[in-house]
Parts: sequence; structure tokens; C-alpha cells
Amino acid sequence: MEAALQTDVHTCYHCGDTCNEAPIVAHDKTFCCDGCKAVYELLEENNLCTYYNLEQSPGITGKSTAGEARFAYLDDAGVEQQLINFRNESICKLTFYIPQMHCSSCIWLLENLFKLNPGISETTVNFLRKEVAITYFHQKTTLREVVQLLSRIGYEPSMTLADTDGKKKCTQSRAIIYKLGIAGFCFGNVMLLAFPDYLAVTEGLQRTFGSFFGYLSIILSIPVFLYSARGFFTSALEGIQQRMVNIDLPISTGLLALFIVSIFDIVTHRGPGYLDSFTGLVFFMLIGKYFQQRTYDTLSFDRDYTAYFPVSITVLKDGVEEAVPVRNLKVGDRIRIRNQELIPADAILLRGHAMIDYSFVSGESDPVQKVAGEVIYAGGRQVGESLELEVVKEVSQGYLTQLWNDHVFSRKEEQKLHTYSNVAGKWFIIVTLFVAAGALWYWVPRDMDMAMKAFTSVLIIACPCALSLATPFVHGHTMRVFGRNKFYLKNTSVVETLAKIDTVVFDKTGTLTEPSAAEITFTGKALNAATEQTVRSVLSHSTHPLSQRIYEVLKGDTLEVRHFNEVPGKGLVGEVNGHLVRIGSASYLGVPGDASKDTLKTNVYVAINGVLLGFYTFYNVYREGVQQVLNGLQDKKIAVLSGDNNHEEARLKELLGDEAELNFNQSPVQKLEYIQKLKEQHHQVLMVGDGLNDAGALKQSDAGIALTNSITNFSPSCDAILDASSFGRLSTFLAFSKKTMNIILATFAVSLIYNVVGLSLAVQGLFSPIVSAILMPISSLSVILFATLSVKIAAKRAGL
Amino acid sequence: MFIIFLLIGISVTVAAAFLGAFLWAVRSGQYDDDYTPAVRMLFENEVPDNKKPAAKAD
Repeated sequence: MEAALQTDVHTCYHCGDTCNEAPIVAHDKTFCCDGCKAVYELLEENNLCTYYNLEQSPGITGKSTAGEARFAYLDDAGVEQQLINFRNESICKLTFYIPQMHCSSCIWLLENLFKLNPGISETTVNFLRKEVAITYFHQKTTLREVVQLLSRIGYEPSMTLADTDGKKKCTQSRAIIYKLGIAGFCFGNVMLLAFPDYLAVTEGLQRTFGSFFGYLSIILSIPVFLYSARGFFTSALEGIQQRMVNIDLPISTGLLALFIVSIFDIVTHRGPGYLDSFTGLVFFMLIGKYFQQRTYDTLSFDRDYTAYFPVSITVLKDGVEEAVPVRNLKVGDRIRIRNQELIPADAILLRGHAMIDYSFVSGESDPVQKVAGEVIYAGGRQVGESLELEVVKEVSQGYLTQLWNDHVFSRKEEQKLHTYSNVAGKWFIIVTLFVAAGALWYWVPRDMDMAMKAFTSVLIIACPCALSLATPFVHGHTMRVFGRNKFYLKNTSVVETLAKIDTVVFDKTGTLTEPSAAEITFTGKALNAATEQTVRSVLSHSTHPLSQRIYEVLKGDTLEVRHFNEVPGKGLVGEVNGHLVRIGSASYLGVPGDASKDTLKTNVYVAINGVLLGFYTFYNVYREGVQQVLNGLQDKKIAVLSGDNNHEEARLKELLGDEAELNFNQSPVQKLEYIQKLKEQHHQVLMVGDGLNDAGALKQSDAGIALTNSITNFSPSCDAILDASSFGRLSTFLAFSKKTMNIILATFAVSLIYNVVGLSLAVQGLFSPIVSAILMPISSLSVILFATLSVKIAAKRAGL
Repeated sequence: MFIIFLLIGISVTVAAAFLGAFLWAVRSGQYDDDYTPAVRMLFENEVPDNKKPAAKAD
């Protein structure tokens, strides 16, 4: 392993990033930053270098390590209490969510934490949930030390306000596994007992043991009837109570008929009954349910603002900084907000130049300037120097919290009634009842016994179990195909919703546009290299986001700047090699700019020695693949909702075509109302958004997709999460979900064939336990197989 | 032929014991994570050097 990575392009031995400019060389290895080197040294010292043998460069870059003082709040007993799951005299147990976990090396290192801190007794990783369960001796170490250790080696646990809420994450329901296990056990044993009936030679056996086998089968079937199959009955009952027919009604009728007829047959010694078919059906259908229930554990689709807020905040008490849990913030507290930190509560600005980035909350793309004395609402992110603020409202009373708790934001979860399977279920029960009545009408005058047999057989065979398997399997596989392509659905029913979409609404900032990038154009006399260098030197002293953006575009080394001064909200001034450089807004430079134009576009003017050279204009950069997506959505109505002003209108029109509806300056509530209006016009609306400002609209739409650059980051509650790198495939995803609906219809056709064959036997009174025992499993299995294969082939064809 | 009663009794009992074991396994959380254990078992045991790892608690 010593000889690893001796290539010309230096990549970091720890994290695998390419080392810029000057790599740090130590221990015959190259590192991209001190953070990575420090982690390597720590691991090497503790003989933990196996970490590097399991995977190549498994580490997480240590570039952005902030001060460890921010963990001070973990010493607070109240916070500790909320985070830990269990505590006794010697040990504490808790579970952390670690989004950075990504490979087997991570598992190995996290499970060997005890070698780095002897106070840790045991760590167990759950990779799929990205969780690590830690047990530590609280006399030997503290919670803060544990978290600091994790953070130092690059696995900083994600702790948000939601974790301290006290609402423990409910563990994944194991009920379906219990049900499946019991149904499987009973199915196997009943099948064993029923088997002799299928062989003609065992008639003697049947006479001797028939009733014993029968009663034993009944005993084995009771748990299946009462426990495993309960879900189908309750769902059917709920449907009846709401005067709706769902797919579970014909299923329940069939199961009930099977069970009752079998018991009647066994008790009256008429025959062996259909209990093997009954238990088998329940077992197969539970597999379908299990498939349907599997979701992405690591993704959270129902997050609220608390998952966005940090746990602690720096409070100034008599000039001393102290980390305090956000929950304990009181009105009147003085807080300090550093660069890129979130403002957790509505507060008045006391000191510092605030540039608040509200893009996540309101959708405005440019940071907003605030001056001392102004109120800053919670949810904004400071860009630039650190601020001092005084809290005016507690976290739970803030503007953002109020907005979130607004009743219009909550959508009642209506039961999805118009799914294919429910519609099919309705027709099924109608046809079944007609056929059963017809059989009864035909047989009653001829043979009373036969009449009962035909009637019950029709009810049994019409049980649309294959039908009920088709949807979960097709949807389940589709969800997996999407997941492979970084499009994660909340549950399988979203597939069907996506297939019916006819209107697509996009948010602009952060969804159609790339939030981190901006295109900059210079208007005026072209700058030569020396001038660019001069301007760049002045800009290098400013932390203003616009300065930073221009700085990144310009070339040249920075020169010494004298008499630098920054006038907040206006611009910069500085002297380079005797040239006086002024950069800033039109009013700052005294340019009689066109006022209306100026308010829409952000222009930055440059003047050297009093001569105006020109100005920089910022444009949004549209995501790669936007054009492709829009081409693929031509058959749908397209609209844009933006919290931003309309300076991009012309460009958007060009991009989206004239038919698209563009709406600017939309508040979160307006966005929501717009979606409501579309729904009232009976459109099936898909909303694609990224920020809290879209949260209401995402919830209100039929399907809400949250676009995010990192799927483990915070995203507003939604029906699906789309990784930004897969944005270009959005239209392919929609087209594919439409295709899967055709597959479901085809699967329905397959299962219908079995039902027709079965029904024709049933009305003639030829349906027997052995026919049932063959027909039922074959129909279930072939439907599963057909659904699985068709989705796989369709996915391959669609290039997913 | 009455041996069949006995045999069936035994077979059902054995099967029930397995069902019990399965239910216990689900209950104890063995079905909560079906990925990590498969990776964990492939890690090499290390040669114990300077000191023994801390003893297991509880």
C-alpha cells in the first residue's frame, strides 16, 4: 500500500481530491490540505491504516474544518439528555446520523473508534441508514469529546434542531416481516398437509387422517386469517365506510369465501378445503406489500424547518462567547453569526455588515443588504463578516416558523382513490357479483349442491390477487430504476402520480438556475490585463459576495492595496500603484444610471482615477440539461414561479417558449395559491423546487420534487428528491413512469386470462381444491415475473 | 400408521421452533440492517499489538 498513487497528477492520499497548486508531501504521500494530513497522522499513530487498504482514498476532505468551540453546547446537560437514548451509572448510548458515510472503509473506521478514544466502548454502523450507534463510558469521556473526535476524522454527525425535539425516530415497522414470516410458516405446513389430497393413490390415507389433517390445517390457518391477512380486511372496511370500492374489497371477499368454505368443507367432511390456497395467497400478496413498503431509509421526505436549523448558536454574555442550544434562546440575547451561518431567530442587527442570503427561504437570488437596526428574519444565511444581533423573537415565534405552521401549508392526505388498481377492483367486484349470481340462477333449479359450489368458487377465483401484485411490483421496480439514477421517490404510489402529470411548474432560483454560479458580463471599454489585475487586487479585500464572484473571474496576481475602504451597501475604494480604484453601485460612483433598469439587474461599476470604465452585469446560469428537459416536456403545460424579480424574463421566454406562464416576485403563499388554482382547473400538477419558499407549493401539488445538490442535505418536504446531477433526465423519468402504467395494464391482462379460465371452470362447478392449488400460485408467480421483466426491459430501452 | 400423528406432531413442533427463532431474530433487530453485517464480516482481524481493546460494556 506504500506505493499507492505515485502518479504525476497528485491526488490526495486521504480523500482522493486532486491536489491544487502545492500538495503537502508527508510520509511519502501527498495530501491536498492540512486537514487530510492531520487525519492521516491520527490514524497512523493509532495503527488504523487498514482504513486505506479497504478502499482507495476513502477519506472525507478536511478542508472545511471550523473551530471546535462550536461543540461547546454539547456540554450542556439538557442537550445531552435530548440526544442520548440510554444512560445508566457507567454507560451512555446514542445514535448519530452521519451523512458522509460512503464506503466500507468508513464502516471499518467508525467501528474502530474505541482505538482512538478509550472512553468509547462500542460503535455499530448501520450503513443503509447512515447511522452509527455509539456506546461510551461517561466517566471516561464526554459527548462533546466523542463528537469532536468524529468531526476531526471527517465524520461530523449531523445534528439539527429536530434531533433535540425529543420525538424519537420511529423504528422501521417490523410488522410486515412478522406477518410474512407467520404466513410463510403456515403456508408451508398447510401445503404439506394438503399434499396427499392431490395424489389419487392416497384415498385410503385421506379417509383415515382426513379430518385430522383438516383440523390441523384450520388451526394453522387461523393466525394467517386473524393476523397476516388483517391488513386487507381493514383496508376493505375503510373503503366501505367511505363508500368507496378499492382493490382490497374483492380480495377480502375472495379470502373470506376461501376461508369459510374451507372450514365448512372440513367440518362437514365434504372435502379437504382450500386452506393451502388461502395461506399461499396471503403469503404472495404480503410479498407484494413488503416490496411496496421498501423505501429509502436514509432520505427523509417529511422534514420541517427544525431539520434546517442548527442545534447551537454563539451567544455573547458580557462579551464572552458561549455556545447555547438554539432552543434556549431568549428574547434579548445577543448572538454572533459568522460567515455562512444561519440566523435561527428573528433578530435586530447591532453590528456588522449584513449580507443576508434568503435564497432558500424566499427564492431571491441575490443576497440582501441590511444595516444596523434592521430586523433580520430567521432562515437567512449571512455571507461575509460576522455579525452581532439581538434576538427579538424566540425561535418558535419567528417569521419562518409561523410561515411553516400556517394551515395553508398542510395538505390533507386524501386517500388516493383513482389508482389503476382501485378502478380495476371496482369493475372486478361488479363483474364477479354478476357472474356469481348468474351461476346461482343457472344451477338452483337443477342442483342445489352444485349451485352453492359454483357460487362460492366464483367468489374464490375472482379474488384479484394477481392484480394486486401487479401494481406493487411494477411500481417497486420503477422506484428502484429511478433510485439508480438518483431520483428518489417517497413511495411507490408517486410513480402513478408522475405518469398522470400534465402541468409542470418550476421554481427559478436554485432549480432552473445553478445557485452557486453566476455568469458575469462586462459592458464598456474592455479592460487590459494590468487593469484587471488592479481591479482584482481591490476586490480581494472585500468579502461581499458580488466582489467575490468578480474576483473569481478576473486573472492576475493581487497587488498591494493602500487606503482600502468599503462603504457597506455602496462599494469599495482603494489605491493600487497610485491609481485610485472605485468599484460599486451606480449611485456610489455617481453614474446617472437608468433607474428602472438598475433596480432589476445587479450592476457593479468600475472607475479608475475618476474615469468610468464600464460595469459588470450578473446573469443567472441555467442548469445543464434545462433545454433537454424542456424539449422532453413539450406535450405538457409549463410554468415558472420565481421569488425573484423579472429581470430574467426575456431569457426565460426564449428558453421556455411563449406559451409558458412566467410569474415573478412570488411569495411562498402566492406560489401555493397558484398551484391550487391549477388544480382547480383539473390539471395534474408537478412542482419542481428547491427551497423552503417552495415548501407550500411542493406540498400542494400532486407531485412535488425537491431538487438538491446533495441528497443528504436538507430539502423541504416533498414526494420525491432529485439529485441535481440528474436534472437533465427529468423528462425521461416522466416518460418512463408513463410507460410503466402500460406495463401495469399488460400485467392486468395477463392476470385476467387466469381469471377467465378459472371463472369458466367455476361456473360449471368444476373448480376443485387441486385446480385452485395449481392455478393460484401459477397466476401469482407469472404476474410477478412478467412485471419484473417488463420493467427491466423498458428501463434498458429508455436508457435508465 | 398411527406413527403419522407422532411424526406430524414432531414436524410441526420443529417448524414452530424455527418460526420462533425467526420471530426472535426479527425482534432483536437482525432484519433492520441487511447490508452492514455482510461487509463487517470481511474485515480482517488485526494482530493484537500494544494493548487490548476496551472490554465490552453491559
